[in-house]
Amino acid sequence: MSTAALPTVHLAPGQAAWQRFRRHRLAFAGAVTIVVLVLGSAFGPYLLPFDDTFIDVMKRFAPPLSGAHILGTDELGRDVLARLMMGGRVSLSIGIVAMVIAMAVGILVGAFAGFYGGVLGAVLMRLVDAVLCFPTIFLLLALAALTEPGFVTITLLIAATAWMSVARVVEAQVRSLREREFAIAAVAFGSSNLRIMFRELVPNAMAPIVVAATLNVAKAILLESYVSYLGYGIQPPAASWGNMLNNAQIYLTSAPWLAIAPGIAITLAVTSFNFLGDGLRDALDPRMNIP
Amino acid sequence: MARYVANRLMQAVMLLVIVSALGFAILHLAPGGPLSQFAVSSQMTQEDLDRVTKQLGLDRPLPIQYLDWFGRMLRGDWGRSYRDGEAVLSVIGSHLGATLELMATATVIAILLGCWIGVLGAVRRYSLFDSLATVGAMIALSIPTFWFGLVTIYLFSVNLGWLPSGNRQTIGDGSLLDLLHHLIAPAMVLALVETAIWGRFMRSSMLEVINQDYIRTARAKGMPEWRILTLHALRNALLPMITVAGLQFPTLLGGALVTETVFTWPGMGRLFLDSIGYRDYPVVMGILMFSATMVLIGSLLADILYAVVDPRIRVG
Repeated sequence: MSTAALPTVHLAPGQAAWQRFRRHRLAFAGAVTIVVLVLGSAFGPYLLPFDDTFIDVMKRFAPPLSGAHILGTDELGRDVLARLMMGGRVSLSIGIVAMVIAMAVGILVGAFAGFYGGVLGAVLMRLVDAVLCFPTIFLLLALAALTEPGFVTITLLIAATAWMSVARVVEAQVRSLREREFAIAAVAFGSSNLRIMFRELVPNAMAPIVVAATLNVAKAILLESYVSYLGYGIQPPAASWGNMLNNAQIYLTSAPWLAIAPGIAITLAVTSFNFLGDGLRDALDPRMNIP
Repeated sequence: MARYVANRLMQAVMLLVIVSALGFAILHLAPGGPLSQFAVSSQMTQEDLDRVTKQLGLDRPLPIQYLDWFGRMLRGDWGRSYRDGEAVLSVIGSHLGATLELMATATVIAILLGCWIGVLGAVRRYSLFDSLATVGAMIALSIPTFWFGLVTIYLFSVNLGWLPSGNRQTIGDGSLLDLLHHLIAPAMVLALVETAIWGRFMRSSMLEVINQDYIRTARAKGMPEWRILTLHALRNALLPMITVAGLQFPTLLGGALVTETVFTWPGMGRLFLDSIGYRDYPVVMGILMFSATMVLIGSLLADILYAVVDPRIRVG
């Protein structure tokens, strides 16, 4: 009698990660929501009969579901849904572009600090600590007040206040990976330092970087909404989810829908990216279970 | 211990120098630099500007200017507000109380609620409560604070009429009850994010503790479960939360700024926004530096306190 060998399934690391991610239903829902929001913002405006900046004073404060205005109109009679979609383009783009810039800066700083260590590493990481001392919103508002507001400046400023956490993650990873055999082998092969840093070490630290990037988008969208709500971000007539809430407080009694739609959009987008980041963390790096 | 504290203190001083250099750089980024207050006025000719530049020593090399500026900051001379000529530190001081009141109340709410949620989530891991708390915390962290404030005002002030929609007190009243009545809504709004963070950290800290040997020993002794949880587990699970409190300080300050704006709360955050509106750069810079220094001191205190309660830290 021979014992039947237990069937073992060998999954490629990528497949295993995908399976873990699928199990994380909320992360999956988050990913789907993000796709819907992105597609809706990108193509939605073409399907609507209204322009986001078209002012119709006769139809001010039309409540939602009244006639053709699905989400109603604002204080100037502009269609809220059209503004929500155009605002989505701005807010989501800022979130993603700011993340890309913050990642680039954070990876550069983190890789150099982690690889070289010593004085350079200490100086760079103390700089990170110092910038982290400033409460983000204070720093962002002070910088925004000193510069001309607009899409480019706001994106750059958000990136300028968001790169530090990435730098910390990358620094820690690179510092520990530098001691591993493959890195030492690369040194033995005579690879240049830059090549070792960005072709060997950083790609091996990709899992936490991807997670940090996803959470960074959530943070950037949230920051844009804060700055724009407070009047120092995207300027009207252009819409962003944050500046749509700018006047909402004044009309809270008479037209509460003006406050509800953009707020739900922001919450939905930020929650989705946060869940996605959480799911990616479980999927890509099961050991890294920071709350 | 003394060595650890001295070490940590040195680091903090070094950080303060870097923080001040960043602040100085931002100040010089302002349109017109430190002279922006005069540049706005059209009555100043170029000659006047040159003269003032010389008077204020702005023609000196930047490092010397920085040392001068930093020295004056240390001595408490933070410049004067453009708006009314009052000293920046006293302007900040007159708004600090309201902010601290709001932050302290929110922190107390967050610690009580967050610890309860975290402990219960850890004890009943993967229960319905735990799942709901985890998802709820994630959503709480994603809601923009100002929007949550608007929703709160809409529900409790506009619709139900239970709570005032803003301000710290009714003019002419002055009773404690009136103050508390005004405090409820903004404190709850500010506490939301903090509660979520405390709950999450508390849960993981508690999970770590309840798997330790001494908890098993206590169970083996036949100690009642509630005594194990409160006497042994909670006490130890709370230790790392000192660090969390220190780390949370910047978020709390930022949240206070937004909450104060929504609820027209006369604190430092509102002062900051008003000053930005007036282009009152000395006050803006003052609050920026003040908040960074507070964060610095907060994390320093948290580290020292943690070393006091947990002797293992001092060695490292």
